[in-house]
Amino acid sequence: MEDLTDIYNELIMEHSMNSYNKRKLSCADFCEIGHNPNCGDEITLEIKMNGNVIEDMAFSGHGCAISQASTSIMIDTLKGKTIDEAKEIIKTFIEMIKRETTDEEELKKLEDAIAFKNVSNMPARVKCALLAWHTVEGILK
Amino acid sequence: MNNFKKDFPILENKEITYLDSGATTQKPIQVIEAVEEFYKKYNANPHRGAYSLSMEATEMYENTRTKIAKFINAKHREEIIFSKNATESLNLIAYSYGLDKLQKDDEIVISIMEHHSNLVPWQKVAKTTGAKLNYMYINDEYELSDEEIESKITDKTKIVGITHVSNVLGTINNVEKIIKYAHKKGAVVVVDASQSIPHMKIDVQALDADFLVFSGHKMLAPLGLGGVYGKREILNDMTPFLMGGDMIEYVHEQTTTFAPLPNKFEAGTQNVEGVIGLGAAIDYIENIGYDKIQEIEAEVVGYAKQELAKLDFLKLYITPNSKNHSSVISFNIEGVHPHDVASILDNEGVCVRSGNHCAQPLLRYIGMDSTCRASFYFYNTKEDVDKLVCALKKAYSMFEKYIVK
Repeated sequence: MEDLTDIYNELIMEHSMNSYNKRKLSCADFCEIGHNPNCGDEITLEIKMNGNVIEDMAFSGHGCAISQASTSIMIDTLKGKTIDEAKEIIKTFIEMIKRETTDEEELKKLEDAIAFKNVSNMPARVKCALLAWHTVEGILK
Repeated sequence: MNNFKKDFPILENKEITYLDSGATTQKPIQVIEAVEEFYKKYNANPHRGAYSLSMEATEMYENTRTKIAKFINAKHREEIIFSKNATESLNLIAYSYGLDKLQKDDEIVISIMEHHSNLVPWQKVAKTTGAKLNYMYINDEYELSDEEIESKITDKTKIVGITHVSNVLGTINNVEKIIKYAHKKGAVVVVDASQSIPHMKIDVQALDADFLVFSGHKMLAPLGLGGVYGKREILNDMTPFLMGGDMIEYVHEQTTTFAPLPNKFEAGTQNVEGVIGLGAAIDYIENIGYDKIQEIEAEVVGYAKQELAKLDFLKLYITPNSKNHSSVISFNIEGVHPHDVASILDNEGVCVRSGNHCAQPLLRYIGMDSTCRASFYFYNTKEDVDKLVCALKKAYSMFEKYIVK
């Protein structure tokens, strides 16, 4: 396998260990639990909407560095986006992790979440990276 | 360095340090070849054909039953039932004994360290019959105390389920004591020997176990084969678990009478290659001998405990009483999730398990979501331990500056 620091990079480490997005919202519109029973990762996502726009998001729970960082960076990426924009970003992220798209232009809209690109080389951890994204996908449906 | 690795093609061919034998052991060439030989020379459906090939297959299949019966010192060969795995074995007991024999307000007692396979079926039995499911909890040394055993097993207890060795903690439970005490209270005891039979001699008569289950693939045999030992008089008194082919005597349009033991509990074509492989695995284990296996494991696991204890960033979840500890070591790098540790170890070629090890209630009880687990077998060496330690140091160094103290 390649150098693991491609996966456990600075950005992912920072977000995984001490995320400013790990907090409680005072008045969330949606609250959803994402759970991965095989590994025990569990996150609770809260979303506050302002009309069609995701105004605020936060998470709590526990899991590995990949799942925690993925959740935190996802929140940074999706905050301020409309529902349609968010859906499009989520779709692209899932495609990136599943190696269904490698188009650089397409991936740019993921902003910092592009840091998870190399997780696709680590099949055992793909589900960790996707947990939060699938959870939000479920809320926005 | 011991020379057993040469018998295990996967350990010879792959650059790996395999420390997950608690999940499944690697297979020696003798087992692989026995399975291959069966398909090349003897394959036919046992118990079905009147032709000689089928008779030969039947003989091989049934001879393995006899071999296992001797191996665990069962009184009668028909006390051995083949199943798909230890989970199915425990379900057989739960469905065919538990559901039939238990009534409202009876009690089932299990330990908090049970694998889900010796826990979830009992929840089902409790729910259906109205019996109560009670737990024996561990003390600070990750062991069941005598007081705990005696306070939980009561006159109302009808079934006690106990793992011989914990798959998370490696604790060896005092099953002799539990069985003796449970019998005094009139309960039957189900022993899960999945984690013990690869490492220590099992004597069901000396233990006086009513039921004992094991898994073939954790003792060098192929995946997909397990076994149940049950006392003959109890098995005879039970209704079948699965219905269908080969477990019957007469079948009429509306009614059926069942075959005697052991066929009564073996519906449909069985995992014959698995049984043949298990026979070869038992030959292999007997050839080495449990004394030798324990001598190697004591040395390697002892060395592992000593070296891991030197890593001050590591927390170990093992009993301090080494005579009560088998070949499983659970640990965590404090502040780093076990899955991340396992991924970094994997990158170094070290295979350990991470997660809840199918023992969520136990992990919750000790206040954890998951742990890393290194589990050893006689083919492991001190060099394997050194590689584990080295990989752990690397994992810690990657995370060190980010760990929130």
